[in-house]
Amino acid sequence: MKNGNKRLNALIGIGLAAFVFVPWYRVDSGFFAFEWISRFPFNADLAPGLLQIALEGRIWLTAALALFLLGCCARFMSDADARGKLLVASGVAGIIFMALQGLAITFIGWSWALPETLFGPLSIGQPAMGAGAITISLIFVLFIAFGLAERGFMKGDAFVVGSISVLIFLVTVFIFYPIGSMFIGSVQDFDGSFKPDGLISNIQDPSIWSLDCLIGGNRCGVAWRTLFLAVMTGLGSTLLGLCFALVATRTNFPFKKGLRLLTVLPIITPPFVIGLALTLLFGRSGVVTEALDTVFGIEPSRWLYGLTGIWIAQVLSFTPISFLVLIGVVEGVSPSMEEASQTLRADRWRTFWRISLPLMKPGLANAFLIGFIESMADFGNPLVLGGSHGVLSTEIFFAVVGSQVDPSRAAVLAMILLSFTLTAFMAQRVWLSGKNFATVTGKGDSGAHAGLPKSISLTVHGIVVPWMGFTIVVYGMILFGGFVKTWGLDNSLTLEHYARAFSIDIQDGALVWSGVAWDSFWTTMEIALISAPLTAAVGLLTAYIIVRQKFAGKNAFEFALMMSFAIPGTVIGISYIMAFNMPPIEMTGSALILVACFVFRNMPVGVRGGIAAMSQLDKSLDEASLTLKANSARTLRKVILPLLRPAITAALVYSFVRAITSISAVIFLVSAEYNMATSYIVGLVENGEYGIAIAYSSMLIFVMITVIAGFQLIVGERRLRRENRVSGLDPQRKIRFSQEKTA
Amino acid sequence: MTDLKPGSVVFENIRKDFGAFTAIPDLSLTIEPGTLVTLLGPSGCGKTTTLRMLAGLEHPSSGRILIGGRDVTMTPAHERDVSMVFQSYALFPHMNALENVAYGLESSGYNKREVRERAEEGLAQVGLGGMGHRLPAELSGGQQQRVAVARALVLNPQVLLLDEPLSNLDARLRRKVRTEIRELQQRLGFTAVYVTHDQDEALAVSDRIVVMKEGKIAQEGAPRVLYEEPVSEFIADFMGEANVIPCEVLSREGDVALIDVGGLQHRLPARQSSAGKAKLAVRPGSVVLNPDAGGGLDGEILTSAYLGDHVEYEIETPVGTFFVIDHSVDRSLPAHTRVSLGFRNKGLALIES
Repeated sequence: MKNGNKRLNALIGIGLAAFVFVPWYRVDSGFFAFEWISRFPFNADLAPGLLQIALEGRIWLTAALALFLLGCCARFMSDADARGKLLVASGVAGIIFMALQGLAITFIGWSWALPETLFGPLSIGQPAMGAGAITISLIFVLFIAFGLAERGFMKGDAFVVGSISVLIFLVTVFIFYPIGSMFIGSVQDFDGSFKPDGLISNIQDPSIWSLDCLIGGNRCGVAWRTLFLAVMTGLGSTLLGLCFALVATRTNFPFKKGLRLLTVLPIITPPFVIGLALTLLFGRSGVVTEALDTVFGIEPSRWLYGLTGIWIAQVLSFTPISFLVLIGVVEGVSPSMEEASQTLRADRWRTFWRISLPLMKPGLANAFLIGFIESMADFGNPLVLGGSHGVLSTEIFFAVVGSQVDPSRAAVLAMILLSFTLTAFMAQRVWLSGKNFATVTGKGDSGAHAGLPKSISLTVHGIVVPWMGFTIVVYGMILFGGFVKTWGLDNSLTLEHYARAFSIDIQDGALVWSGVAWDSFWTTMEIALISAPLTAAVGLLTAYIIVRQKFAGKNAFEFALMMSFAIPGTVIGISYIMAFNMPPIEMTGSALILVACFVFRNMPVGVRGGIAAMSQLDKSLDEASLTLKANSARTLRKVILPLLRPAITAALVYSFVRAITSISAVIFLVSAEYNMATSYIVGLVENGEYGIAIAYSSMLIFVMITVIAGFQLIVGERRLRRENRVSGLDPQRKIRFSQEKTA
Repeated sequence: MTDLKPGSVVFENIRKDFGAFTAIPDLSLTIEPGTLVTLLGPSGCGKTTTLRMLAGLEHPSSGRILIGGRDVTMTPAHERDVSMVFQSYALFPHMNALENVAYGLESSGYNKREVRERAEEGLAQVGLGGMGHRLPAELSGGQQQRVAVARALVLNPQVLLLDEPLSNLDARLRRKVRTEIRELQQRLGFTAVYVTHDQDEALAVSDRIVVMKEGKIAQEGAPRVLYEEPVSEFIADFMGEANVIPCEVLSREGDVALIDVGGLQHRLPARQSSAGKAKLAVRPGSVVLNPDAGGGLDGEILTSAYLGDHVEYEIETPVGTFFVIDHSVDRSLPAHTRVSLGFRNKGLALIES
């Protein structure tokens, strides 16, 4: 009870401060600029909640104040049951009221017709929520949490209930609300009035759904093209990934270490870079194209710009991911199964077809679905190589920024894309839940894997070696391309691109970052550095709750969080600009929207990593800490986090790197003030400035390799010192991690 | 560890469900301050669940728990005045012994000097003074166990909970450590609740034993009572081995019953029995063997095994097969010897049939 009062006191204090000392509404110049302090509190835009009610005539806020004070009353009640009930009731009512008033009352007054007829027109509207309003909303959420805790929910652990409530609140605001707004946006006109025409005409649009190509017409709708491309990419990357995995684990291939290095590539490669490199090789003025022209007289054509080119780029990009997944699957097939098969008079060929391959099937299906989802979500490669044959993700982009702006069309396309990826995501879940022949068990499993049948061995080598060569050439192009003057026209070497992008001058004794790339480079670093710790924190907190706490609806909670990863970046981008462009929450054009986007897109990685690491910690450690008078916050801080250090570093680095390489969502959210490296590079590509684009890309890759290598050094050392409690289960965990990581 | 304040424990109509499964249907139990009470039972009997509810690691579905007279039913673990020694010890691997012991003191808000003093005193109490700088991985099993006990005890809890504290030690060490725990408990006088599935351990350390079966209390009482006066076949069998055989109660005079076992007549405490058919539990050591004379229960030795300090026999009689332990090792009888069985005065009990 004493603790209960302490935390309520804090809430009441913060709540009162939110009503009195900070602007209730959004500050245009930015809250953290603190420029508003000089005009506070009597400026109409900057007034705090209390003055908004008293002086500005925003009387509806009285309800928020009343509900807040009602919750405060609980502080002075002694009966735990009634106290809890009152807190929950005022919290629920408060948060619902805050949401409704925010949505219903915008700049111009009522935005909904129903309350206007009920209460009459309003004389004054309201801008987007600011520090005051947001704090009060959070306090209502915490009222609910503390009320539930006092009623004994989650064994009365206020920290855990609070974390769950806040996480649900954040996921609602940053994932479900934007997606919902996008649905609504699809049936709204520019002025916000209900107009389903756009939706209807777009859904019936033949350019989306036409099946002309099947009946001899020239091309199919964009939805079918995307689906077809995704299936082909899934198949291609799975097959190649399997070949790589077989070579890496079942043969005496001499460069296995090099093969494994491949798995790092997709993490550090900005998504459009492969497309860019392909252009330099096979484009109209690419090296290979020109060579073929001069040697064989083959006319340069534009074959690369279309589905074929995108497909090659995607298979190149996603094969390493599929390799990473399948290497675990192939190693996971228990050698004793294969040995058993051989003692039962089956030769290598029969063993492979009847035992090894069927056991790998679920893993193969999983790899396919990952390739499928990745291809659907890929934005960079289609943008560079798509030409006029776009796919859904690029079409969405052009519906927003193109010559004919059509938000309704963008929303429709986004919904189609979303339904494709979510279907695949569900399929993946179903596949993984039932049919996993996990043959890595806790039991010691000795024995050697059966070698590959000769014919298969030859085939996979025949595929892997050239493809490896191809990959090396492509990445070589990326590094080399930045030093060539004008690709195809003037192949002389130069440092000019690097100089233009990254030059530093000294003017008047001061350092001047005069290169064109510095602005976006530093913004990228800044935002990546801000979002990485947040991502890791949110992800690990979620993992802690999922692994260590039991509560009703936990599965739904986990599913909702994981699902956010199956939402393509383009969809997130379009939904964020639709949702956060106007009250109640206005963030577009700020750094905040980029940070929010990264945190909620990359969080599932932190969650997966955290879950894997935390499952290895004996649960009695937490319980011991709890019985030693430490509450769960202290337990998390003093016991779990120190033991999870490697997982934390991994989550930090991964979210940092993802924030740098991400493009699909970012391209919608950048502004003149906050431009990110990737969107800047895409801009360069669109202007045909390949040299600088490539130079900038290699610079990014170099930065990320440095970061990852540094982190490997630190973490590798820690691993050695740590006692490995369940080493037998390790490989399996890693597979799970990588499978989800890319979904 | 000076200002000890042993507390009582009361369970009032506790029920615990895990989803559709009811682990404990209705449990009421009182534990006197300053006593060591053992919860004993086969795995899955609900003893660990009971302990965890006392610690606050599980919350009961209904009912009340009182510690030291205060209702703690809804109190979270870290606000309860109990501490626990875990089966796996759960020593924090990244902290040394002293830091482990100090952890709870820090959480309780003692100042730094006090934390250090008390933690060192606690380690000294369990004979580990000067080992504070070692990491758990650098301590032996027995030492780790003692760090775990010290870590729990320095908080001066009203009740100390021990969850199978000896199960990770080898047999020889187990005997030593259980004596230490008992000695410590008697010296410091704290209330302790001890969970185990090993009846020897329970008999050795407890003031009182609570035997549980399927979430219910099967019998509770002093160790001697449980061993010598089991109320049911389950208890008789669980508290050391017992021969359970049919008998007939011939008559009852006050508290004494006269019974007939295959022609052999014997007097023993009547308990709840009445005249008619009944069941008798006989400890293997309570059977007397007479190789030559008759007048007892006739039997034939089926197997005979010499075990150093005693001989084990399986003996077939008209009322069933007896398992007998005989300490007169000089007179080891071979199989197929015909013997006559008699009963000692102790170690027999009429049980629920």
